[in-house]
Amino acid sequence: MPMHFTPLGDHAVTITLGDSIDEATHRLVRAVSAHLDAHPPGGMVDLVPAFASVAVHYDPARVPGSATASPHHRMVAMLEASLATIRADELPPPRTVEIPVCYGGDLGPDLDDVARQHGLAAEEVVRIHAAGDYLVYMVGFMPGFAYLGGLSDRIATPRRPSPRTAVPAGAVGIGGQQTGVYPMESPGGWNLIGRTPLRIFDIARDEPSLLATGDRVRFRPVTLDEYRASGAP
Amino acid sequence: MTLRIVTGGLQTTVQDLGRMGHQGSAIPVGGAMDRIALRIGNLLVGNDESCAALEAALIGPAIGFDATTLLALTGGDLDASVDGVGIPVWHPVVVRAGATLRFGRPRVGCRTYVAVAGGIDVPPVFGSRSTYLRAQFGGYEGRALRAGDAVRVGEPSRQGRAIAQSFAQSIGDAISRPAVARWSIGASLRPRYSEDPIVRLVAGAHTDALTAEARRQLTTAAFRVSASSDRMGYRLEGTELALREPLELLSEAVAFGTVQLPPGGAPIVLMADRQTTGGYPRIGEVASVDLPLIAQLKPADRVRFRFVSLDDAQQMYLDQEQDLAQARIAITLRH
Repeated sequence: MPMHFTPLGDHAVTITLGDSIDEATHRLVRAVSAHLDAHPPGGMVDLVPAFASVAVHYDPARVPGSATASPHHRMVAMLEASLATIRADELPPPRTVEIPVCYGGDLGPDLDDVARQHGLAAEEVVRIHAAGDYLVYMVGFMPGFAYLGGLSDRIATPRRPSPRTAVPAGAVGIGGQQTGVYPMESPGGWNLIGRTPLRIFDIARDEPSLLATGDRVRFRPVTLDEYRASGAP
Repeated sequence: MTLRIVTGGLQTTVQDLGRMGHQGSAIPVGGAMDRIALRIGNLLVGNDESCAALEAALIGPAIGFDATTLLALTGGDLDASVDGVGIPVWHPVVVRAGATLRFGRPRVGCRTYVAVAGGIDVPPVFGSRSTYLRAQFGGYEGRALRAGDAVRVGEPSRQGRAIAQSFAQSIGDAISRPAVARWSIGASLRPRYSEDPIVRLVAGAHTDALTAEARRQLTTAAFRVSASSDRMGYRLEGTELALREPLELLSEAVAFGTVQLPPGGAPIVLMADRQTTGGYPRIGEVASVDLPLIAQLKPADRVRFRFVSLDDAQQMYLDQEQDLAQARIAITLRH
């Protein structure tokens, strides 16, 4: 497996595993993350998987080994040895997370606009969006925010010319080639096509983030009544 | 024991050393901007280094004490006083029940840590008591302190009580005015705060993508700290840096001290409340021993950079950790 180690300051190292967003690279990212999660090298304090890399944050004062080599060199040597034998075809099966979405109306104020831009009926945009099989490439940008791959080109839509100052938690949007769910209220420029009653990020849960790197995601259309019945605002 | 917040100040928050182990869910590390100041403050009052303290920025709060209390102020000097008596930074202090701690104008730096024996006792969220303002969790109800808040303090350690007894009466006894310990932490451990520091950088993943001119500017220009700098990042103005050609990057992990270069060319130094990942070029990484120098900069202060090797940056960090370990032992032996 090709790997490239780059220092990320004096407390972290980035393991680069590819240079594009694709499922083969993603499987390498998952394999490396799963391995390091199960067998953390001495001194590691955190692990950050991304589209094509995994970063290892560490405390240089806690990296074991002889002080004749720098903590960075010792960490890279440990990582090389630890990762030499891993294989990307031995991954645990991905979880599939179903996200109910009430599309359109007040909860998806940009649905009609997205439909118009593609010359489609709103119902067709919903059908295409809900038929997609999506992959969580990484979680980043804000707590619990999952970057999803797998959006159909037929409904890929440029970001809105001026971002909204407040997009509510649970809003489902399309931004360029990506789709996703806002985990908390924040400013945002994506086209909002619906909303989920699920809490994507909840600090009261043991695992606050509903979605994790490697998950498969499906969207399931629900009616406004079903949305309200699930206790959503 | 409870701290009674009389006025909140500009932005006073509960901070410890941050939450590690959750960046994969994009939960920021957060924590003290000036980590060494927080750690030393805790040592001076007999706390574990990772205890939570108050971080006050620019305009400090006013804090009332309902019991005799051992505390230490560390980091920037915001001209603190208790009942009209000036309180120096970097020394253990015992204040009486009924006293009020107030701050004046910043004299050095902009962030001071109020470490209290026993530590600030708020519920941990993901293993940390740090306040994450942007998502409103952690710390005191996820927000900065304001008038009327009552902030619980934990039980002082045996060592904390011994430290207080070494220069004042026991915690709990009546004293009439603040008592300041004559001893302090070694000067070599105190960061050399300045309004125009030279901060050391190690090369970033994309330092080589800068033009030759931009590389020269990066180590010669005096960058001005923008007024929009905050706990998330310090924006630097005055000199715009250019890349040899635009870079198309995939988002990936960033770190405390990563210097990002957004398209406008004005660098941003990522600080405690940084996002966990970013997609801008990373043109340098602040040596961790110099992060406190950035953390104490105020808007309109100036900063210059110079490159050091990664080996040197790590060695400076290891030396600092060793100095801190020795200080910890010295305090333990004496108390």
